[in-house]
Amino acid sequence: MELRSTHSRYGLAQIAMHWLVAITVFGLFFLGDYMVDLGYYDPWYRSAPHVHKSIGLLLLLLMVVRLVWRWLNPAPAPLASHRQWEVKLAHIAHAVLYLLIFTGLVSGYLISTADGSSIAVFDWFEVPSVTGQVKQLEELAGKVHRWCAWSLVGLAVLHALAAIKHHVVDRDETLRRMLGLSAR
Amino acid sequence: MKKQLLASAVALSLASTSAFAESGSGSYKFDDQGEHQFIMFKISHLGYSWLYGRFNEFTGEFNYNAESPEASSVSVSIDTDSVDSNHAERDKHLRSEDFLFVDEFPQATFTSKRIVLDDDNGEAEIIGDLTLRGVTREVTLEAELLGHGDDPWGGYRMGFEAETELRLADFGIPMNLGPASEKVEMIISVEGVRQ
Repeated sequence: MELRSTHSRYGLAQIAMHWLVAITVFGLFFLGDYMVDLGYYDPWYRSAPHVHKSIGLLLLLLMVVRLVWRWLNPAPAPLASHRQWEVKLAHIAHAVLYLLIFTGLVSGYLISTADGSSIAVFDWFEVPSVTGQVKQLEELAGKVHRWCAWSLVGLAVLHALAAIKHHVVDRDETLRRMLGLSAR
Repeated sequence: MKKQLLASAVALSLASTSAFAESGSGSYKFDDQGEHQFIMFKISHLGYSWLYGRFNEFTGEFNYNAESPEASSVSVSIDTDSVDSNHAERDKHLRSEDFLFVDEFPQATFTSKRIVLDDDNGEAEIIGDLTLRGVTREVTLEAELLGHGDDPWGGYRMGFEAETELRLADFGIPMNLGPASEKVEMIISVEGVRQ
């Protein structure tokens, strides 16, 4: 398979990034939901947030690469069998998914850096605060982060259900294209 | 050096015996403009060290009755979301339902009910109702009048420091921080400006 996308099909890079982001988003969601309820003496009390933050910042990096790659590659055209409103709705959903991912990631970063401290990514490197200390920024960022996470996961589930509907009911190439499979 | 130490020791003892003196009656408002007011807390971390924090936003007032200091009174109102332990992630946790639950209970208040003087050391017990996280309980503040008199800008000021100890569970704080951290010490150190 070609690394680059064409007007008719997704390349390996976009397919790989799509699924890696999908797995990571759900992983971060469940890890985040799990870690906030850990007891103070739980062995994971400190490491779970560390892993959550590290992976979150790496995902932000991946999303920037993904967005740049998307701009540098031709966009595969919608399938001919898709109706106009389906195409429009899918475009809006994709845009909102991107927006929620970026807002969710940035708001998460702002929680931990709201006192001016940096975030260590797996102790490999540190990402400094850009805001410096801002009074109660962590509260606003925290609320946005929670809201984004739930909306994102909800919309991603709809997105997946839509893909499955195209695959099972319409029996078209929508899902197969994103799996890199040839036309049936 | 020795002389100086001696002088300050004498000055200190004079100051403490002159506490609850016959002057200074009036109603005072905490100096929240000049921020000569602090509410600090300290709680053990795992039994190995102290964690200090503070509440940045609060107001209060007191009436000082010089003739009979036990007839004085004080009230304090604290914005719980101003909790500050110098760590954004921890402050966010402290504001959450696990601790202060500030969305539901944005204010903590203390209102004195009676004052018991301990004339021997110039201290007093201020007994009153503390409302924290929606729970109201009677607590006793161990208070000391630190000093009072004219300030350089035409006003009259009086300062107190008081301490008490709270059990987290008594106020419905559900987070379990371990056996060494069930109680928190509160220190309030304020200067009032006479109105």
